[in-house]
Amino acid sequence: MTDTTKSTRQVNVTSKTSVSVLFAGDSGDGMQLTGTQFANTVATQGTELNTFPNFPSEIRAPAGTIAGVSGFQLQFSSKPVYTPGARFDVMVAMNSAALKANLKDLHRGGIIIAGTEGFDEKNLKLAGYPEGANPLEDGSLSNYILFPVPILQLTREALKESGLSSKEIDRCKNMFVLGLLYWLYTLPLEGTFETLRAKFQKNVHMAEANIRAVKAGYFFGDETELFANLGRFDIAPQKQHGTYRRVTGNEACAIALTAAAKKAGLKLFLGSYPITPATEILSTLAKKKKYGVKTYQAEDEIAGIVSSIGAAYGGALAATNTSGPGLALKTEALGLAVILELPLVVINVQRGGPSTGLPTKPEQSDLFMAMYGRHGEAPLPVIAASSPVDCFYCTYEAARIAVEHMTPVICLTDGYLALSSEPWKVESPDNLASITPRFHAPRQPEDPPFLPYKRDDRQVRAWAIPGTRGLEHRIGGLEKQNETGNVSHDPENHELMTQLRAQKINQIADTIPLQTIDNGPKKGDLLVLGWGSSYGAIKTAVEQAIEQGYSVAHAHLRYIHPFPKNLEEILGNYKKILIPELNNGQLIHIIRDTFLIAPEGFTKIQGVPFNEMEILIKITDIIKELQS
Amino acid sequence: MTDNTTIPVLPVLIAKDFASDQEPKWCPGCGDHAVLQQIKNVLPELGIAPENIVFVSGIGCSSRLPYYLATYGVHGIHGRALPMATGLKVSRPELSVWVGTGDGDALSIGGNHFIHTLRRNPDLNVVLFNNEIYGLTKGQYSPTSKIGLRTVTSPSGVIDQPFNTAALTLGSGGSFFARAFDRDGKFLRSILKRAALHKGTSLVEIYQNCPIFNGGAFEAFSSADNKANNTVYLEQSKPLIFARGKRGIWLDGFQPIVVDLDKEGISSSDLWIHDETDINKASILAHFADDHADSEESLPRPFGVFYAKERITYEDALTAQIADAQKNGIGTFEELLRGDQSYEIKKA
Repeated sequence: MTDTTKSTRQVNVTSKTSVSVLFAGDSGDGMQLTGTQFANTVATQGTELNTFPNFPSEIRAPAGTIAGVSGFQLQFSSKPVYTPGARFDVMVAMNSAALKANLKDLHRGGIIIAGTEGFDEKNLKLAGYPEGANPLEDGSLSNYILFPVPILQLTREALKESGLSSKEIDRCKNMFVLGLLYWLYTLPLEGTFETLRAKFQKNVHMAEANIRAVKAGYFFGDETELFANLGRFDIAPQKQHGTYRRVTGNEACAIALTAAAKKAGLKLFLGSYPITPATEILSTLAKKKKYGVKTYQAEDEIAGIVSSIGAAYGGALAATNTSGPGLALKTEALGLAVILELPLVVINVQRGGPSTGLPTKPEQSDLFMAMYGRHGEAPLPVIAASSPVDCFYCTYEAARIAVEHMTPVICLTDGYLALSSEPWKVESPDNLASITPRFHAPRQPEDPPFLPYKRDDRQVRAWAIPGTRGLEHRIGGLEKQNETGNVSHDPENHELMTQLRAQKINQIADTIPLQTIDNGPKKGDLLVLGWGSSYGAIKTAVEQAIEQGYSVAHAHLRYIHPFPKNLEEILGNYKKILIPELNNGQLIHIIRDTFLIAPEGFTKIQGVPFNEMEILIKITDIIKELQS
Repeated sequence: MTDNTTIPVLPVLIAKDFASDQEPKWCPGCGDHAVLQQIKNVLPELGIAPENIVFVSGIGCSSRLPYYLATYGVHGIHGRALPMATGLKVSRPELSVWVGTGDGDALSIGGNHFIHTLRRNPDLNVVLFNNEIYGLTKGQYSPTSKIGLRTVTSPSGVIDQPFNTAALTLGSGGSFFARAFDRDGKFLRSILKRAALHKGTSLVEIYQNCPIFNGGAFEAFSSADNKANNTVYLEQSKPLIFARGKRGIWLDGFQPIVVDLDKEGISSSDLWIHDETDINKASILAHFADDHADSEESLPRPFGVFYAKERITYEDALTAQIADAQKNGIGTFEELLRGDQSYEIKKA
């Protein structure tokens, strides 16, 4: 730390293991930027971290209203964390709407840092407080530790000689808050200064004003008597040494596609159409031209996937990304990819549905569509990512399966994983699984005729791409004769081809890892079987339940179709299976249907992720019932 | 990728070398047979090895085209041939990519792709078989069917205005539009060759007779009696003359007028001189089709290249952007995984 950030006075610093913080304000208050900056600083300390932004679907909802509240939650800790925290310990509320919208999730006894200007008569009215009521003054927050801070006024004072317009000055108030939180958690400022200088490269005044605002917030913490009793906090970093980067789920998907193409020696083609919350995969890849990535923003979802099928026919690693309504539009084309037997990665970032539903909110309700949402008999592999970092490994695995088994693969993530972030120890290319495309070699005139649908022992056909001499052939959506690929309406042939296509997918189970138990005993009272983004909440809940002495284990499914070969055996080792899902019960149907067992479901359909407390309570209830 | 290190001397290919082993299953007398024949005639003239040619199609009678050609081929789903071909061309710019489509496939279910493909201008050769009817589904009216046409789904006559394919192509920013006829093989062949040589999306509308469900739809332009009076063949830098040299088109401002060359003392140099690089003239030609060939003053239906003006193709523009992004070197695998915001955590 430099002199600028040295404490001028002795303030007590308390060590803590974990803290969950929420930055909340109006969508124009810059809370996403503040949260991201704070997270970057925390991450670079080597502290464990998990973040989750939460913002309205409108770009600019009416200012001051509950609908316009934008939040950024993060948990940082000395030990591994898998969620942004069930509840937060500290809440920054830039206005009364932010307080009102989020108070229910603040721990009793939690800290509130409230920007007093956001609690004037107008803001209180917009937030829907009754006339005359002001939570900062009426004692209604007596269960919390409240710090009213005139954030705007202090920012204005600090920047009065900055030469910025008053509007520009007011926009710096989020940096004041950032500085104050840095003080509270004894964090360094330099990284943020660097970022600001880079961001406002062309506007030095703006960079310096923002830096001054950060410092003002920091010094305010230092100088005010307000925090004298509370003191400051320190979260000791515990991460192993090495090179890290912070990734969101969407970024991880984009990197994985590029990496898979590199590993396989293929060109990446992404045909896509913008849709919340999947768009960042397209926009991230559009910036990867340096790696030879070709992105194609198509005219609609259908053209997105169909252009990718065209690219796959030409020998590219082809992918498309979307969210629920888009996947619905792509279903006919998915059937084409199934019958053509071409590799294709489909990343579906699930959101609340049906129809437009809750575009910015996570849900796990597209599992049935991924599994069954096609006409005809059209099975394909379905896998699901469990964390932002796992979005990388899962997408990479989707690409491996697609290329090596010549099939479209659906990789499910959701709006929570897409936007959440966590630190990722930078991966080495050598550690990534090999991906081996099997291109058919050119054919000489004297060679036997080329058979496009001749299969190997895994039922996989070779990839015969245009430009290869002697392999000219015609394929299409019409049912094809076994091996030759010629159009065939023969009844027995159709049945055979249907079975062969299904068998090919089933045989993928031979190449995927066996299911593992993430945590807990190999046999016991209860197995919590999860899939997708509920990993962090289940993991944390099961850890706590085990600490409390319960016989409970956690298994998390990545491979949903086909299932790992040992899944049935694992399920048989527990008295009870609990399946938590952010839907009305979908995996539970598939498990019941496949294994003829009766698991217990636990569903949440509120557009928000599970929190660990909900799951912990469910676990303890079930086990108590089992024992009674 | 494939091993093409030993490139053999290309044998001289002829039309039948481009015939696949599949027997065409179109109805006897269908115009599609004639179009297929002209495609087979043109392909050997292009000097492109069959393995570097791909025919992509959607759904409909005409979309069976790829099965009958000994090149690479993909028969996709209804209306989506253009995005499939675009994805292929963008990822493999060196291939010669053709699209076989129909009026229903391209202009109805695939209408959105049609306009967007034309504005992006990937180098595709699009052969649009326009028979003004849905043939494969047995005779429902299509987006190019004439008003009043009675079909199974329009028993009282079609009431929706048909698309003007030429106007739609030009309005979408198409860089090439030509019209040809299934029955005029020699002319069709010359047009297909022009389309193949045009760099960019070349749209060839072929009036193609469906003898089963819409027989005679183009009789006004094909029968010996009517053809001369109702059609004008466009030739670059040549005046618009038809009716066996008796009539011409004179341009009065933006207004095309049929003039009688015998009577009116107008010499051929006064007539409209065809300029296929002039978008305004091409647009006027496109609207000749609004006029019904029913009187001596009627505008004839133009055939030939209306408009051909090359501009950068989508795949070339993208390739240039990638080359620019790679001017200081191609991104390495390590760089990709590390990103530009990585940080070191030192040993405690």
